[in-house]
Amino acid sequence: MSVRDLNPRRQAERVVRWNEERIGAYQGIRGAMRYVFPDHWSFLVGEIALYSFIVLIITGVYLALFYVPSTQQSVYHGSYVLLQGEQMSGAYRSVLDLSLDVPAGLLVRQTHHWAADVFLAAIVLHMMRVFFTGAYRKPRDLNWYIGLTMLGLAIIEGFLGYSLVDDLLSGMGLAIAYSTAMSVPFIGGQFANLVWDGPFPGSSRLFARFEIIHVFIIPAILTLLITVHLAMIVRQHHSQFPGPGRREQNVVGTPMWPAYALRSLGLLFAVAAVLVLLGGLIQINPIWQWGPYHTYLSENGAQPDWYIGWLIGALRLMPNWEVHIGGATIIPSPFWGGVLFPTVVFGVLYAWPWLERRITGDRAIHHLDERPRDRPIRTAIGTGFLSWVVLIFIIGASDRLFFRLDIPYTSQIRFWRIGVWIVPLLIGGVTLMVCRHLQRTDTHPLRGWEGTIVEAPETIDGAWSGQHVPSRVDAATPGRGRSEEDPPPGPADERGRTP
Amino acid sequence: MIARLLARIVAFAVAARMAMRRRDSDLAGGEAPGAKAEVSGAASEASGAEAGSGPADAEDPRRREVPANPRAETLVAGLLLAAALLAVAFIAVFVVTGLDTQLLGAALGGSLALIAAAAIVAGKSVVVQETAIEERGTLLEPEAPARIVDALSEAGEGVSRRGLITCAACVAGAAVTTAAVAPIASIGPRLTAIHKTPWHRGVRFTDIDGRLYRAEDITVGSLFTALPEGADPELIGSPLIVLRLPEAMLHLPSSRRGWAPHGILAFSKICPHAACAVSLYRYPEFPSGGNDQPALTCPCHYSTFLPAEGGKLLFGPAGRPLPQLPVLIDPNGYLRAAGGFDEDVGPSWLDVRRPSQT
Ligand code: FES
Repeated sequence: MSVRDLNPRRQAERVVRWNEERIGAYQGIRGAMRYVFPDHWSFLVGEIALYSFIVLIITGVYLALFYVPSTQQSVYHGSYVLLQGEQMSGAYRSVLDLSLDVPAGLLVRQTHHWAADVFLAAIVLHMMRVFFTGAYRKPRDLNWYIGLTMLGLAIIEGFLGYSLVDDLLSGMGLAIAYSTAMSVPFIGGQFANLVWDGPFPGSSRLFARFEIIHVFIIPAILTLLITVHLAMIVRQHHSQFPGPGRREQNVVGTPMWPAYALRSLGLLFAVAAVLVLLGGLIQINPIWQWGPYHTYLSENGAQPDWYIGWLIGALRLMPNWEVHIGGATIIPSPFWGGVLFPTVVFGVLYAWPWLERRITGDRAIHHLDERPRDRPIRTAIGTGFLSWVVLIFIIGASDRLFFRLDIPYTSQIRFWRIGVWIVPLLIGGVTLMVCRHLQRTDTHPLRGWEGTIVEAPETIDGAWSGQHVPSRVDAATPGRGRSEEDPPPGPADERGRTP
Repeated sequence: MIARLLARIVAFAVAARMAMRRRDSDLAGGEAPGAKAEVSGAASEASGAEAGSGPADAEDPRRREVPANPRAETLVAGLLLAAALLAVAFIAVFVVTGLDTQLLGAALGGSLALIAAAAIVAGKSVVVQETAIEERGTLLEPEAPARIVDALSEAGEGVSRRGLITCAACVAGAAVTTAAVAPIASIGPRLTAIHKTPWHRGVRFTDIDGRLYRAEDITVGSLFTALPEGADPELIGSPLIVLRLPEAMLHLPSSRRGWAPHGILAFSKICPHAACAVSLYRYPEFPSGGNDQPALTCPCHYSTFLPAEGGKLLFGPAGRPLPQLPVLIDPNGYLRAAGGFDEDVGPSWLDVRRPSQT
């Protein structure tokens, strides 16, 4: 061989050549490096969800190496003194050992649990951003449906995850899930007994089934959907807020290489860091304190993971209505809160892009997002609907209010059975007024407040009032503060928003 | 150590915030000292596509800026080295104690946080800062739908029995799919077991450790969990609540006369709402409920049942009363079932046997 060329530049070229000879990815790589991401913090929430998912996969693989999906009961003689002599399932036992005896086992388990909670929170926040800015409109309606499907799957995935542990809380959750499955009209009994392989608590195959769904089937579907979700974004490019030089057919922002790649890598590590710190420093689901589940045990004040809370709230809120025909129970009572309520919530969310098209007649392609205030009715419907779900979620914790403040539980529930229909209407109405006011006065609720707070002497007893000082952002952004009737700035676009 | 880490993170956040502020104000006017700012346009690759588009030109967002910021570069290097240090610390803790979750989490999380900080500082103050414009291109080519359909239908060229083949393919597809799915039927469901419980006349009551209950064990004002002697305690039909009330308090339906000898009552412990174990008991009074009857409450969704009235629902979402089991005190004083449940225990479904009367 001749003298080896050690010039790093030519070395790099050689590596790239090796690759290009086989793959020929030049066009793709160039496009990817110049792909433009709009700069807005709210676009990062979806990335947080993605990165939590990555942490979930990594920690989950580790956990799967230790988990034993066994329902076999045996007596514990392990290292945790308080549970010695207790009957427990092999599944619970394996997680107990992982938590207490395996080095770094508890860290990984808690990080996994936190990551699941953050994953779901990020999905929900991301969907709120997409909803309130109208980013789900054509052509992104397809991605809205995919995202919504992922939310549903993620809820099931999370629930299965903590159900596999077979501690007291997870057993109670499974009992409720079984009963809710039973409550599906006509087929519920067959369905629940199919999934559980017989009547509750199910056969010895139960945890093996749930494990394969939790560690393989749903993650595989989620991975596939995430891939499609991202591929679709790349094809359509990100939507963006209006601003100088921003039009329907272009994207203004930071190119992928190098600045955005580094920042996004930073976000990945930041998410991982926060999750590991949470997992290490803040205890979550201390299963040794709950103890093993047995059908005959339950615990007061039990609360599920947050993303199940809305269903518990609905189950608690509903009266004991049932529909009977002759001797047959057509609709058992858990149906309303456990089946109908989530079906309505997801149904409305799935139907929304179509509904909005029907109502507004707007069938155009949209790449420019809208500020919530510029669509007061959509924003009001959104906050009303959201507050309805959130309220039911909070009602799921009314027992905590009873324990802490001694407000009688039954009075709370009776109050909310009506209040849950009125409060969201009020919130929607207030939102409408706030939006209209913001449109008129053109204040930015967050950034416009760079100004000073002055004491207004003319108001009675020296109340504080804010003085709006136009901020840099306002000054530099003529797109802000458009009323709904005004066309967007810049050249009109034939596929642009309909006036 | 954790405190130091936190202090460091906060300090970094403040510094980053200030750096961003500085950059923003640089943008608004004037150049930062030490920053070579190339005015937008010439440098951007995408700029060609954006040529001359009306009023937007006045506020062309494109810019490209080479930070040339040695201090930020030093900071990035420092952060990366500190991250490596913490990663090594994690390994050390792992080897030495292994079970100190807090220390492990702080070390590994801190290390990841430092890498995050390094990447963000590098992304914002070390590498080229650029705002570019990219054209989206069109999704729908006007001609495309017709062309695609044309291309697809070329497959049918010269085929005369298209309908026949299509039908045959559909039949085959349906049959093969059904065949592929059919084995699912072997999973179940087996609904035969669903009406069965281990309780029938003569079965003795044990506690969860297997000791037999005698009538005098059941005292007024307490709640006892009973299981069927010799049966699987995990079955949904197994666990019972046993309690004693003064006989004068009982208002059982007339068909249940004799079900509660000496005021000893037994109910399924499984809530007929959603199968949680009913484990809360208020007796004889409840301070803030207003209703001072003894009551059994399920902690899951707070269905509340009245034992004195045969498990009748007082409040909550349960669609049925709590199923009652008739009790027998045998000549030796042991508690036994006087019969099975005459309704199903656990949650409801289409064919659930509800009590004949309440
Ligand atoms: S399970 Fe008992 S009230 Fe719902």
